[in-house]
Amino acid sequence: MENKPKLKIGWFSFTCCEDSTILLTEMLNENLDAWKKVIDFRHFKALKTNNSITDLDVAFVEGAISSASQAEELVKIRNNSKYLVAIGACACTGQPSASRNALVPEEIDFKIAFYLCHFDYSKDVKKIDQFVKVDDMVIGCPMNKKTFLEVMDKYLKLFKIIF
Amino acid sequence: MHTADINIENITKIEGTAGLQVKIENDKVVDLKFLIKDYRRFYTETVKGKPLIAVPTFLSRICGTCSIAHLFASIEAIEKSQGIIPSSQTKLLRRLAYDGLVIRDHALHLYFFVLPDLLGIDSILDIPEDHDDKGHQLLHDSFDIKTVGSNLTTAIAGAIIHAPLPTIGGFLKMPDKSSFPKLIEELERIRPLILRGIDAFAKMPDTMIRNSDYLSLRNRDHFDFLEGEVVNSSGKVIPEEKFHEFLRSVVIPYSQAEGYVFSDTKDDYFVGALSRINLSKDILNEKTKTDAKEYLEMFPSDNIYHNNLAQAIEMLQCVDDAIEILMTLDLVEEKPAIFVPRAGVGVGVIEAPRGTLYHMAETDEKGIIVDYDVIVPTAQNQINIENDLKKYFEENLDKDEQTLKLEAEKIIRAYDPCMSCATNFLKIEWIRS
Repeated sequence: MENKPKLKIGWFSFTCCEDSTILLTEMLNENLDAWKKVIDFRHFKALKTNNSITDLDVAFVEGAISSASQAEELVKIRNNSKYLVAIGACACTGQPSASRNALVPEEIDFKIAFYLCHFDYSKDVKKIDQFVKVDDMVIGCPMNKKTFLEVMDKYLKLFKIIF
Repeated sequence: MHTADINIENITKIEGTAGLQVKIENDKVVDLKFLIKDYRRFYTETVKGKPLIAVPTFLSRICGTCSIAHLFASIEAIEKSQGIIPSSQTKLLRRLAYDGLVIRDHALHLYFFVLPDLLGIDSILDIPEDHDDKGHQLLHDSFDIKTVGSNLTTAIAGAIIHAPLPTIGGFLKMPDKSSFPKLIEELERIRPLILRGIDAFAKMPDTMIRNSDYLSLRNRDHFDFLEGEVVNSSGKVIPEEKFHEFLRSVVIPYSQAEGYVFSDTKDDYFVGALSRINLSKDILNEKTKTDAKEYLEMFPSDNIYHNNLAQAIEMLQCVDDAIEILMTLDLVEEKPAIFVPRAGVGVGVIEAPRGTLYHMAETDEKGIIVDYDVIVPTAQNQINIENDLKKYFEENLDKDEQTLKLEAEKIIRAYDPCMSCATNFLKIEWIRS
């Protein structure tokens, strides 16, 4: 059993409320025992300290991109993954995390300006396909559970982990 | 360790992104920074100009795991701004949905994030497939506990995350009463599992003692997360609407969230399960008090690791509270209160799973939001976390870097911090000062 190939996945979160991460932790109630047999969770910050992003089969990415450093990190993840799946509304559409894009200049007062200038915020919050190729999307706020299971199943079959 | 720079880029097994930087020179901690790294979404700014009806569901997006807490705090703030008094049935249904949240949310923290610390492993993913293994048993207990908590919240509120049914003035749809007997049966079934968890987390050997003030909401009649007055260790009682006046926000230039000082005390203060059990263990459910008696004797406690034990006890409290309500609630069909929007200011203070949560809504005469403010537990605990870590490092500089990092992460995890929450609002006072 130990030597059987597993799907090497990473789970990543950018700017969002991490609701899809929470939903996934709920899905583990029913699925963890089965998934451990076929999935190698290489990067899952909510669950483990020793994480790796190298040589991933599939990267699942939730959240929108708020800064150049996040964009750089996203590109790094893409370069280390054969496939990349956008998870949830913020990753797929930018919203609601991108709601600050609608603030007009007179609303960006010194309070907001302090943070925008003090940390490396981009002018606009963007969805992830504005930076990298996205192979699949699991829409929803949080992600649609059924679609996620279908996408997971698709990649488990694509990599011949299950048949 | 004479001189060193210790960096933890990403603290793991918490909600959101945080880091830690410690500078040690000549056996002294000269600098320590707990860095909240999630980017702000400025929701309390972008909510301005929206009609009040749209606000609670929008602000539930502040946080995935405690979205119901933000939803309910926002609903309460807006109801008070509009002079709406929810029915006693609405209050009980909210309590039920909330009991489910606390059961699920505490179980996630305790079993998925803290349990590896208890077992001395990196992750629940490393727990062996051995039914006799203690970790295996506790992990599988957690699957059942979380599922039942989620089932309860879903039955009442429609979903565990961004729940669609609670609204200003009541619920959009009544729960199906025929689901209650099964919910009671499920809650009874997880009771012994939670008791096993209480025992396990009571045996966590770690200790980190510092003398903080404790602060939480307290209801005069019964243990309650949603209604009461804010109290602290010295017995000060503050009405919800005055809470804000007793806090002083502090700019932490390297963190994307502000810290807070409670004006009543010289030192820092803590919010969360440890505060609630320290201050209100006398009004827990009678069944909880009986079955958790020996563990409740460990409180009041100044050991931050007892926040884990307090959360485990609160899971039992929520199970017993929910069973009582489900057994006695004579459900009648009710529609949400009808109201004509008006200008007003309202404050909603509740106990989120991680501690005291404050929402303030101000509307104009058309019910459009003109000002909104949120103060979350993790921002309030930020200064306390740093002070705990400073003490820990100063007392343990003889240990190797790996041990220091591991123990620092354990202390931070015991707080159950949530960075998603901590970075999605703007505080105003510090700018004024």
